[in-house]
Amino acid sequence: MPDLGPLWLSLALAGITTVILLVIGTPLAWWLAGTSSRWKPAIEAVTALPLVLPPTVLGFYFLIVLGPASPVGGFWVRITGEALTFSFSGLVVASVVYSLPFMVQPLQNAFESVGRAPLEAAATLRARPIDAFFSVAVPLSKRGFISAAVLSFAHTIGEFGVVLMVGGNIPGKTKVISIAIYEHVETLNYAEAHVLSAGLLLFSFLALFSLYAFRRGSPAYVR
Amino acid sequence: MSANARHALRLRARVDFPGFRLDVDEVLELTGVTGLFGPSGSGKSTLLRVIAGLEEGVNGSVSFNDKVWQDGTVFLPACARPVGYVFQDARLFSHLSVEGNLLFAANRSADQGIALAEAVSAMGLQPLLQRHVDTLSGGERQRVAIARTLLTNPQLLLLDEPLAALDTQRKREILPYIDGLPGRFGIPAIYVSHSVDEIARLADNVMLLDGGRIVAAGRVEKILNRNEPRSSQMGFEAVSVLQVTVLEHLPELHLLRVDHHGQTLTVPAVDRVTTGESLRLSVHSGDVVLATDLPTGLSVRNVLNGTVIDIAEDPTGAFAKVDVDVNGATIRAQLTRHAVHELKLNAGSDVYVLLKTASFDRDF
Repeated sequence: MPDLGPLWLSLALAGITTVILLVIGTPLAWWLAGTSSRWKPAIEAVTALPLVLPPTVLGFYFLIVLGPASPVGGFWVRITGEALTFSFSGLVVASVVYSLPFMVQPLQNAFESVGRAPLEAAATLRARPIDAFFSVAVPLSKRGFISAAVLSFAHTIGEFGVVLMVGGNIPGKTKVISIAIYEHVETLNYAEAHVLSAGLLLFSFLALFSLYAFRRGSPAYVR
Repeated sequence: MSANARHALRLRARVDFPGFRLDVDEVLELTGVTGLFGPSGSGKSTLLRVIAGLEEGVNGSVSFNDKVWQDGTVFLPACARPVGYVFQDARLFSHLSVEGNLLFAANRSADQGIALAEAVSAMGLQPLLQRHVDTLSGGERQRVAIARTLLTNPQLLLLDEPLAALDTQRKREILPYIDGLPGRFGIPAIYVSHSVDEIARLADNVMLLDGGRIVAAGRVEKILNRNEPRSSQMGFEAVSVLQVTVLEHLPELHLLRVDHHGQTLTVPAVDRVTTGESLRLSVHSGDVVLATDLPTGLSVRNVLNGTVIDIAEDPTGAFAKVDVDVNGATIRAQLTRHAVHELKLNAGSDVYVLLKTASFDRDF
């Protein structure tokens, strides 16, 4: 029986990351979908950067920004007493940035396809903007939310390079499933590597399969 | 609030778009249905959106019955203006059922006012309540949209070409519902359309909008047939509006016999009409035939006695506009100048005005 600690750690990391991304990605995507600001292309480019940068580049900058010697890392040490680097909290911060485009882009697309029209209708029916957002824009964007959450979760489960650089390989703290597989392979423990790899493969397939099946089968509305 | 109560909408707005400017500075006295008529691109929808507060960043002022909705310092957002807006594309919420759409509005409005059951019965929605909005026909969607808007207890209804996307059959189906609105709920309405027949049927007053400006306003029967050459510039044929009273419904023939200032006409039956009810009919000037002798052996059912009051010949074209007084109402005929001369028509000539029953059946 393989050590399941890395599995639970991966699930916890992906779950927490997805929740945080829903909270910060939703307003960002909403702003991007509706704005005509000249800053929009710059913000969109920054949001998409994790898609194209090697994880080592992100990891390198995270080490510098989150390290105890930096203002951010130093502040974290002062209020919590521990460093962000090589900690679970540091992994969460890095994962949020790393998976940001997987949350923001599907949501932005969903909000753009909902468009202004239903929200104008809601306004003429006395719904204030925040009310209209939650009672009209969110339910009409339901599929976008599901896509964004599934993709963010699955992408965080699958991350390796950033985790390795920011978190290292500390059992119970930063040794997530992808790191554990790497370690098993390094130590020629192929049996355990097989189990974890096959499990991750199956999980990823099922996540994507259910997403696409849902997209295909679900009508555009909820009852 | 009665249907005939007057409401004042003060409106000053200047909106610049590339190649187009809306520039309006008017006090609109609203009672019943006011038609807002103009060619495509004349600014009709923009004007409604300004009134509703959907165009932010517009310089101008809007006040309704001395309540300021917008001026230099105040801007009430759309959700705070007591306006009901019916969009051309209905804009029902596709994640909700028909009932859900109605409750969306009802839950956000004051308890007193138009009740859900009242709006449902006015628009005939009882059989549709549990339906999903994606399964509705275009006419049904607009009826739901109108009921939903009524449930916000609006003080002013804005209808933005609600029939434009519908075919003739659907228009016929929904018109009686719209027709009865102002009388039933006592809410003044501005009804935007580029169909002169729709305006003639529904509106008591009409405003003509052209090139971003209101160029004429007044009673529908005056504006629609007295605005040559404006009407031809604006791309509509002059229409005479006849105010009639229903005398008799002949269901087996699908006809109505109506009284027009003491003379009887036969017109196609319309839905939901009762004896004694007032109806407005429109007839295009090109559909009006004049005769100096009472013709026989013709299929035309409607023959009215009248007197020519004015003849306007177009010296550069084939046609002349002939205005005929029929017991105090004016009916305009478009004849060839050739016919005017052959019949020796002059102001004061007695004529028979022939109206084919089918000429009342144009759009609806």
